[in-house]
Amino acid sequence: MRRQFPLIITFFIGIVIIISEFIPHKPFGQLSNTFYGWFLIISGFAIILGQLSLFKINLIKISRKAPNWQYYIIALVSFSIMVLIGILWGTQKQPGLLANTQPLVAFFGRKPFDYLFKYVFENLSSTMFSLLAFFVASASYRAFRARSPESTLLLISAVLVMLGRTTIGTWITGWVPESLTYLHLPNIANFIMEYLNTAGQRAIMICAGLGVVGSSLRIILGIERSYLGGK
Amino acid sequence: MIYIMERIGVWVGAILTFAILSFLYKDNPFYKIAEQIFIGISAGYWFIYTIYNILIPNLFTPVLTDFSNNRLLLLPAFLGFLMLCRLLPKIDWVSRYPISFVMGTTAGMSLILFLRSDIIKQTSETMMNPFSAPDLAATIGQLILIIGTLTGIIYFFFSKKHEGVFGTTARVGIYFLMVSFGAAFGYTIMARISLLIGRLNFLLGDWLGIIKP
Repeated sequence: MRRQFPLIITFFIGIVIIISEFIPHKPFGQLSNTFYGWFLIISGFAIILGQLSLFKINLIKISRKAPNWQYYIIALVSFSIMVLIGILWGTQKQPGLLANTQPLVAFFGRKPFDYLFKYVFENLSSTMFSLLAFFVASASYRAFRARSPESTLLLISAVLVMLGRTTIGTWITGWVPESLTYLHLPNIANFIMEYLNTAGQRAIMICAGLGVVGSSLRIILGIERSYLGGK
Repeated sequence: MIYIMERIGVWVGAILTFAILSFLYKDNPFYKIAEQIFIGISAGYWFIYTIYNILIPNLFTPVLTDFSNNRLLLLPAFLGFLMLCRLLPKIDWVSRYPISFVMGTTAGMSLILFLRSDIIKQTSETMMNPFSAPDLAATIGQLILIIGTLTGIIYFFFSKKHEGVFGTTARVGIYFLMVSFGAAFGYTIMARISLLIGRLNFLLGDWLGIIKP
């Protein structure tokens, strides 16, 4: 019951959705639409589970005084503040439990949730990702040491695309006469993106697609069952 | 008052920006604090986003406003509740039922979606007459596109040893993949650098007011 019933559910749902693609009439089309709606709701609970799991793990780390446990308090406090503010006063488009938000909007210039989003979340996330620019620079150094034909191609392609997509590329080949316009860096970059890059991406997409179809069939037919856990 | 709160917000943003950037020197308490704030705030943001944009419009509002026509929604709500039971070790096995529902739906949807958009669409786009292109450059480009796609697919075929003519073809496929990876890598670098420029714009413009937008 604990293992067989979930496998039956997966098989039934998967087969109904596949059949509904080919027979979009009653009852398959209707069932499939119903399942999409349910999927959305259960996925919402899955996201909530993720956040609550984070909360629980942080609580455990704090209670066990794990290394650097003090920092986890900060994560818990910021999480709780964001959730409480969101529930009480709502977001820009959604009203919260407390109806009267005008005094706070007059004070902050926007709802408190949106204030935290704009000045804390936005700044932190964009800085966190911009930090990667420095690490990408060091990775570039390692990747661009052309030691084999493959890495040479990677280097040439990356440099041409970067130069062709920035103003410096236009500036470097700006002197090339109109008759040799195909040697302009922006045109070379366009050619790489339109044909060479598309060829590689297309091969990846077709093969990855075949892989996904194979994996999906394994899941639906119950061959792949690792998602049920080990117990 | 709004102006003062905006300035406070900008100062908080600037301090957090420096705290994150301090990681470039080495891991330090300021970075750790900013990192944990980021984790907490983003988890809280997605929590609220999920409630307001997924659960309320798709579950709570239909059930509370028109229960008789939406009573079936109690079933996914119950499955969602079982999903949350994963947090309780003694009965965490009940979460297998909603997980199996999600897996079945995802597998069915992915199979159809990838079959349609990634396999059939991309294959049919590759089946073209390269000589129907308007000029020589486009003809050469389309020939390259066909050869690159075919050799790339051959590279991913691992059921046969890559040797002889098959191996050489697969090798050509690797070259096309490398060019593709290079282009993607170049784009990634540009995206990260543009984010960094955005941060400098914030610090020098919004915070210090040295540069004007």
